Amino acid sequence: MTWFEAQLPVLPVLLPSATAILLLLLGDHGGYGAAHGHRRLLWARRLSLGSVLLGLLLSAWLVREAAGGEIRAYLVGDWPAPFGIALVVDRFSALMLLLTSLVALPVLWYATGGWDGHGRYFHAIFQFQLMGLNGAFVTGDLFNLFVFFEVLLIASYVLMVHGQGIERFRVGLHYVVLNLVASALFLIGVSLLYAKTGTLNLADLALRVPRVQGPDALLVQASAWLLLVVFGFKAALLPLSLWLPATYAAACAPVAALFAIMTKVGVYAIWRVHGVVFGSAAGESAYVAVPLLLPLALGTSLVGVLGALAARTLERLVAWLTVASVGTVLVAVSLFNASGWSAGLYYMVNSTLVVAGLFLLAELVAAQRGDAADRLVPASPVAQPTLLGVLMLLAAASAAGLPPLPGFIGKLMLLEASTAHTWQLAVWSTVLGVGFLTLIGLARAGSIMFWHVRDDMPGSANAGGSPKLVGATLLLLAATVAMSVFAAPIQRYTEAAARQLEDRDAYARAVLGARGPATETTRPYTGRVDAAPAAAKP
Amino acid sequence: MSMEFLFATGIGWIVAVGIYLLLRGRSFPVVLGLSLIGYAVNVFIFGMGRLWSASPPILGTQPVLADPLPQALVLTAIVIGFATTGFVIELALRSRHDGGSDHVDGQPDAPGKDGEGPR
Repeated sequence: MTWFEAQLPVLPVLLPSATAILLLLLGDHGGYGAAHGHRRLLWARRLSLGSVLLGLLLSAWLVREAAGGEIRAYLVGDWPAPFGIALVVDRFSALMLLLTSLVALPVLWYATGGWDGHGRYFHAIFQFQLMGLNGAFVTGDLFNLFVFFEVLLIASYVLMVHGQGIERFRVGLHYVVLNLVASALFLIGVSLLYAKTGTLNLADLALRVPRVQGPDALLVQASAWLLLVVFGFKAALLPLSLWLPATYAAACAPVAALFAIMTKVGVYAIWRVHGVVFGSAAGESAYVAVPLLLPLALGTSLVGVLGALAARTLERLVAWLTVASVGTVLVAVSLFNASGWSAGLYYMVNSTLVVAGLFLLAELVAAQRGDAADRLVPASPVAQPTLLGVLMLLAAASAAGLPPLPGFIGKLMLLEASTAHTWQLAVWSTVLGVGFLTLIGLARAGSIMFWHVRDDMPGSANAGGSPKLVGATLLLLAATVAMSVFAAPIQRYTEAAARQLEDRDAYARAVLGARGPATETTRPYTGRVDAAPAAAKP
Repeated sequence: MSMEFLFATGIGWIVAVGIYLLLRGRSFPVVLGLSLIGYAVNVFIFGMGRLWSASPPILGTQPVLADPLPQALVLTAIVIGFATTGFVIELALRSRHDGGSDHVDGQPDAPGKDGEGPR
């Protein structure tokens, strides 16, 4: 292995952060309509797009490496594993990195169509956001996960109010305050877990949580619940999902499309912590989240799709569909078997791409409808009815899960995985019902906007989206079609990824080294170095 | 015993005050509430390394060492909390400036009817 290959796992974090720093040094175009800054904006676009393209190649390489089954652990500063910061790239992480790049590239391309000039330092903040996302996906340490959450959140606060306006500041303030409260809960959960296990390394936690017994196990379970609240908030799990539609609908289209992956960070964390650490082999704390997670996930899907039916604007409709899709993925997570997880992974990749594409499409359509904009009322016809109509149909069919699009394949895998589960009836009826209602919601929106047009109203001055804007949207939706074409290899990959997630020993060996599982140390540390581990209490 | 009791009730009291402030309708008390909760959480992390007296977290001659890791974690949490508080203050000010009201829901100020005490 060459030196460069050895550094691969850290590059998805370093690349965006280095680009962001370069972009900050390059300077800004000077705010609204400053002509002299235009050359700077052009260079910022080239640098930013080039970096994201490089990131895409990098993550594709990591996926290819991970597909072989090897778990790559990278010890930052070469500190030994449970004590230093470990970055881990397994199949799941690599897939999430690739998904982030796949969403980021078209979204950034779309943003260079004009949105990036509506505020300052868009590209630098965008890169910091990618750094936080990639970091959260590669880190193998719970506290480090908190740090990367904060990096991606503080970038998202700025992106959220990008373009400004009263509504964005109002909703943005709610978003920031809610996230800060969630961060406080995250810290409480993490430190409680540290107090009882003496480690925050995910691989080490998976080995130590099963050993915690008695009253201490209750405290560990309490921290698991706290973490579920935090991750559920990020993922928009049912009682905590009401902030999402307002926030995403207020953000500008490229930002909302990028945020489609932010909910998946929460899902990813639930998967890693509640699926694996508190999974089947966690002793007294095994399956701690299960009794609540499945009903809540089913409820999230239902509430999401009902919200979509009630939405009055296209952007809110798409935002509610984000909630519904997260619910479906979490249903797959809470099935707790390899085939369910595989279905969840497949569906998550597809739904993220579709939702991101829908956010961009919503703005394209709204721009061509004159004063009605994105409100779901009859208005003048759009300038490009055929093109936008076909894109809408494609996205709707994929979101609702009609064959032969990947939404259908993902849902079929999910239904198969849930047979013989005690909740089979609930899962089947919810997943199928939600698909049907999604179709109704999108069909209603589509027929109002494309068929129920009023010729008596003045047409929009907009002659049609520029090739760049349409191209970026098309790219995202084409990616979902590609998922259908290459369904077999992707499915093999997700199945392998799900099996790899269940294999806690292999993960521990890769991260903690060959001595890994057998290592005995005096943790949690109680002050007496010579005391036997776990037995001593202060 | 008394140190643990004081420590636990102190954290609980600060969090209670923080939650009360967080539920107020104006952005300024909300920011104060967030800061208080942040302090309480920082002290909580510190306490999760167990409470020690006269035992520095540095290798030396003394027989008992405090756990240095929560102290390192709390430093990170303090820095992040400081930065985010700065940001939320700036955002609240901007929201107040653009919206003409520091109500968290952007409701316009109605003199004497907002029920938020004298302003």
